[in-house]
Amino acid sequence: MSDQHLHHPIDLAPGDEEEVRVGPRLVGYFTGFGLAVLLTATSFFVAGTHLVWQPSIPVALVVLAIAQMGVHLVFFIHITTDPDNTNNILALAFGLLIVFLVVGGSLWIMSNLNQNMPMPSMDQLMQMQR
Amino acid sequence: MTDATFVHGHGDPYHLHGGRPQEGPASKRIVTGYGFWIFLLSDIVMFSCFFAAYAVLQGQTAGGPKGSELFDLKSVAAETAFLLLSSFTCGLAMIAADVRSLRWYQIGMAVTCLFGLGFLALEGREFADLVGRGAGPTRSAFLSAFFTLVGCHGMHVSAGILWLLTMMAQVFAKGFRADIMRRLLCFALFWHALDIIWVAIFSVVYLFGSAA
Repeated sequence: MSDQHLHHPIDLAPGDEEEVRVGPRLVGYFTGFGLAVLLTATSFFVAGTHLVWQPSIPVALVVLAIAQMGVHLVFFIHITTDPDNTNNILALAFGLLIVFLVVGGSLWIMSNLNQNMPMPSMDQLMQMQR
Repeated sequence: MTDATFVHGHGDPYHLHGGRPQEGPASKRIVTGYGFWIFLLSDIVMFSCFFAAYAVLQGQTAGGPKGSELFDLKSVAAETAFLLLSSFTCGLAMIAADVRSLRWYQIGMAVTCLFGLGFLALEGREFADLVGRGAGPTRSAFLSAFFTLVGCHGMHVSAGILWLLTMMAQVFAKGFRADIMRRLLCFALFWHALDIIWVAIFSVVYLFGSAA
């Protein structure tokens, strides 16, 4: 249709940026890349080290992963808090709701089942068959 | 401008449209990007089902090898670096496309493609190694879930590389037309979303698996 919309910061699609100037956009991508590298390196370090309290490692990994996804969303996909970006954020929020329902719900239900109906071990199964 | 926003504010008490002076339907680029964003979110919901299956089946190794015995974190780190770099160069290629620099666009996309292929090569090597060690998808429920989740992401990357080559050819043949630019926007979104899913995979599957 029209190229002029490219230069109008009126409405933003996800992935859009408000300006076509190269400098700030390069800075944005370099910032995002640097943060992502930092978070990834921290994740791999935390997973392999014995320097931190072991039970805290899963929580740390989850927090680092969520932080890195946030960095990707902001610096690479360009989700902002602009009023023009409301639609994209609402869709994202709904998607996240479904993701948490599916993953959290599955884990919750299955751990409940595991606790209330423990799987018999192989030996017990063999004895039951006799 | 102030008059326009004032009048506009009357019909729109919640300022749903951000109080912008111009009205009318959104441009095709906005609608396309939004639609593709919704597709990506549905794709992420699909991945979340595979993640849930993997998380539930993680301990069901049926006497077979556990994740900590199988995963090679160095290879995973290299895969992560490749995918992150390809996401970065993809962004640079999009900047080049926006300033209509054909040469830098093609260079950026080619580098993105190489990093993506490097990722796929490493993943293929890892899968072949696992199957060779008797830890294929048929070995246990844990490995079935693992191959489904990681393999599905690999399929997405393969499809993304095909799309990437198509976009290089389309820009080469047709130039930076408005419709081609919309496809580029969608492709960049797709490629960045793959990287987000990989972040979840290397954290949940590989790092959790080798730490536990």
